[in-house]
Formats: sequence, C-alpha cells, structure tokens
Amino acid sequence: MGQWTQKTLTRKNWMAFTGLFLCFFLVIHLLGNLQLLLPDERAHLQFNAYSHLLSGNILIKIISWVLYASIIAHVVYAVIITLTNKRAGDVKYHYDRRGEVSKWYTRNMGLLGTIIFIFLVIHFRDFWYVYKFGSLPLDAQGNKDLYTLVVAVYSETWYVLLYVLCMVALCYHLLHGFFSAARTLGVYHPRYVQWIRVIGWIYSVGICAGFALIPIYVHFLK
Amino acid sequence: MHIRLKIWRQENSQDTGKMQDYALADVNPDMSFLEMLDMLNEQLLGQGQRAIEFDHDCREGICGQCGVMINGRAHGPLKNTTTCQLHMRSFRDGDTIYIEPFRATAFPVKCDLKIDRTAFDRVIQAGGYISVNTGQAPEANSIPVGHPIAEAAFDAAACIGCGACVAVCKNSSAALFTSAKITHLVLLPQGAVEAQERVRHMVDQMDAEGFGHCSNTEACEAECPQQISVLHIARMNWEYNKAQLLKK
Ligand code: HEM
Ligand code: SF4
Ligand code: FES
Repeated sequence: MGQWTQKTLTRKNWMAFTGLFLCFFLVIHLLGNLQLLLPDERAHLQFNAYSHLLSGNILIKIISWVLYASIIAHVVYAVIITLTNKRAGDVKYHYDRRGEVSKWYTRNMGLLGTIIFIFLVIHFRDFWYVYKFGSLPLDAQGNKDLYTLVVAVYSETWYVLLYVLCMVALCYHLLHGFFSAARTLGVYHPRYVQWIRVIGWIYSVGICAGFALIPIYVHFLK
Repeated sequence: MHIRLKIWRQENSQDTGKMQDYALADVNPDMSFLEMLDMLNEQLLGQGQRAIEFDHDCREGICGQCGVMINGRAHGPLKNTTTCQLHMRSFRDGDTIYIEPFRATAFPVKCDLKIDRTAFDRVIQAGGYISVNTGQAPEANSIPVGHPIAEAAFDAAACIGCGACVAVCKNSSAALFTSAKITHLVLLPQGAVEAQERVRHMVDQMDAEGFGHCSNTEACEAECPQQISVLHIARMNWEYNKAQLLKK
C-alpha cells in the first residue's frame, strides 16, 4: 500500500490521473449543457430528456461514480501534497521575490482548487441534489423539469457573476493543470511538450469560455 | 558605492538567528558579490566581531558552494547565475541588500549563511553512480555513444549541486537536482544497466530527506546556474513510473 500513497511521485500521479479524468468529464458536461443554448422550446424538452437519459444509463452511472471518486481523491491528495510541501519548507524568507521566476497561477493551484471546490459544493446543491433528491415538477414529456430550474437560477445576477468568476479560476487551474499532469506522467519529448502546451491552452480557454457563456446567455436572453 | 545590508546571523544550528543590519562604503561596482562580503568581513574582524560565514570555493561558477538568497532571489537578481558570478554593478548606490541562507527543512542552517547540503550527497549515494570495477581507464571508443546522446547526458551532468532549485521552489522540491543525475546516467549505456533500481532508490531517498513535491512551476530552471532543463523532471517521472510498473 505504501508505495501507492507515500511517494511524492506516486501522489502526483494520482493528482494527474484524477485531474485528467475531471478534464475529460468537463468536455462531456459542456457538450450536454450547450443544448441550453438552443431555441427556448427545443432547449426545454431536449435538455430535460437528455438529463433523464443520463440518469438511467448504466455507463453514465459508472462514469459518475468514477467522477465522485476522482473529485474526492483529487482533493484529498491536494491536501496531503500541500501539507507535505509546507513541512518541506517551513522557514520563510524575510524578503521573498521568488515569484519573479514563475507564473502566479502555477504557485496557487491549491487556492484556485479551493475556489473550484466551493463552487462545486454550491453547484451540486443547486442542481445535482435537487435533481436527484428534490421534487422537481415534470415537463410536457413527463421528464423532471431541470431546464426551468436552470433558467430560474441563472436569472439571479449575483449567481451569474459568481459562476463566471469561478470559471476564471477553473481556467487558470486548467491552464497549469493540464500541462502539469502531462509532465507528472512523464512526457519529456520536447516536441510533444510544445503540443501539450498549445492543446492545454486551447482546452482550458475553450472549456471555461463555453461554461461561462451558458449562464450569461441564459441570463440575458431567456 | 554605498550599500546597506541585512544579513542573516545565526551562531550555530541550535541558535534561532536573526537579520542584522550592516553598512558598507566605497564598494567598487566591479567587485564580485563575494568580494563585497569579504570586504565586510575584514571590517567586522577589524572591529573584533565574528565574521559572517558563507560557503564558497571555486569563485568561478563551477563548484556550487556559494548559494545564498539575495534580495529574495536564489543567487541574486540575475537568472542562471551563481553568487560568485554576480557583481556589485547589478546593484545601485544606496541599495539595501538582503542576504539569507537557502531555506528548506532538508537544508538546516549551520551558521549564518552556511547550510547543510548533505541531503544532496545522500540522494547521490542512493544510486547516482554506476557499479563497475574501476581498473585502468578503458578504451574510450569501446562503447559507442552517439554525439547527440553524449551532449544530452553532458547537459544533465552539468548540475553543480548548488541547491538553488530547492531554495527557489515553493515546495522545496529537489526534483530538478535528482532528475538531472537520473537522466545523465540513464542516457548512457553504462548507466542504463541499473536504471530501474537507481531511479527508485534516488527518488525514495529524495522523499526520505524531506523535500517536497514538484508542482511544475519551472522556477528551478529559471534560477539554475547550469540551466538544467525541467524536462529532466518529466524524464525522471517517466523512468520512475516505468520502474515501478516493471518492478518484480
Ligand atoms: C473540475 C475540477 C478540477 C479539475 C479538472 C482539476 C484538474 C487538475 C489537474 C489536471 C491537475 C494537474 C495535476 C498535476 O500537477 O500533475 C491539478 C492539480 C491540482 N489540483 Fe486540481 N482540478 C480540479 C479541481 C480541484 C479542486 C477542487 C482542488 C482542491 C481543493 C484542486 C487542487 C489541485 C492542486 C492543489 C493541484 C496542484 C498539485 C501540485 O501542484 O502539485 N483541484 N488539477
Ligand atoms: S539542478 Fe541547477 S539549481 Fe539545482 S542543484 Fe543542480 S545546478 Fe543547482
Ligand atoms: S564559489 Fe564555486 S560556484 Fe560560486
């Protein structure tokens, strides 16, 4: 057991695996949510039908269990890693300008992650919990009416602002995370390293812009 | 030049230590940073005070002894430069300069600016070598090594063990140092033989010494006087994962 949890490199592997799984999940999640941008009538029925389809599917069930496990493991390892790092350098410099030689978001993955975590708690409470355990009215096709809930929540200005801010935090987390995960897993060939930087950049901005667009669109146009 | 200094003073490893103020007049801008410290020490000795202890040896950027934190940066404000290769012309008249020892739990302060870097030695002892009976020097061409490989191995071997990578790292990680030696040896046929045990033992020792995790911030490469590439860290991760998977 020890070799899977004690070694610094192994812990980072788990961070990378779980982080990359979350990255993969975000793609599916975004593609599904983009249906909210369809014209009102279609978006309403199609989004609800899609949500219903997901909640019945065994494959999606498995993915969702891996998702919960990944979030928990990612956060647990983030805490363990952060604490170990604190112990490794417990004496501070009186004058510290080390920040000049690295990017701020690479040094603050824990802070960005904490923002994402708080967001996840709110997000799960508002949608996931209500859908699974709350009592939602049914739509014309007899599916739970998640769509109306989403539109109602996104009509709150403060909520949209908070959502967009969290997406900015996620964007910076991914900007470093995607590339860092590849390093952690051992991609050392200079050519692929360049590609990963570019792909990571496109991925991070694409995902976060996509997610941020939905509440803004719903807020102003629905 | 006239400069003010704030320097970490600590009697011994048990002492708590503190920052102390000094002033130095008539500093020549062409002096090296260490010569400036020599000048300060002469002044202190003249006044009957204890000299400031700092490590140094070659004073030409190749031994890796002279690591200190200068104005919050490892080896001072220039990138990829050792302290002995830093000159007073990089500062301005009237500047206040902070000088502190490299900090990491694995690098305890021994006295003033001197730290105990034997953790690095133990990481090397754990596997940073090849096991051969050294007899006479063998014929150099009996084991062919391609030029690009020889160059790459040499780039990795250039690490001088100064510890700047640890000092600048927010996690006090020794990944750059450890990975440089692992990559140096794995690239060469002589080193490839023991590659798997080496990477496991060296990484285990690095962990045992209490260095932190690598977050890939790349600050180490920016400060490393030998410009050791962070891709060596990725190579170490690759070799380590391979060794763990193939371990019997
Ligand atoms: C959708 C959510 C998230 C995604 C897609 C994600 C993705 C990633 C990825 C790919 C990495 C790189 C792993 C590596 O460096 O090898 C990473 C690192 C990290 N994540 Fe996340 N993460 C998410 C949420 C979180 C949360 C909620 C936290 C903490 C509460 C967190 C904390 C961290 C920390 C501290 C690191 C850096 C580890 C290090 O620098 O050594 N992340 N994340
Ligand atoms: S990798 Fe660079 S910074 Fe680190 S010990 Fe070697 S020479 Fe110094
Ligand atoms: S004294 Fe040898 S590298 Fe500076």
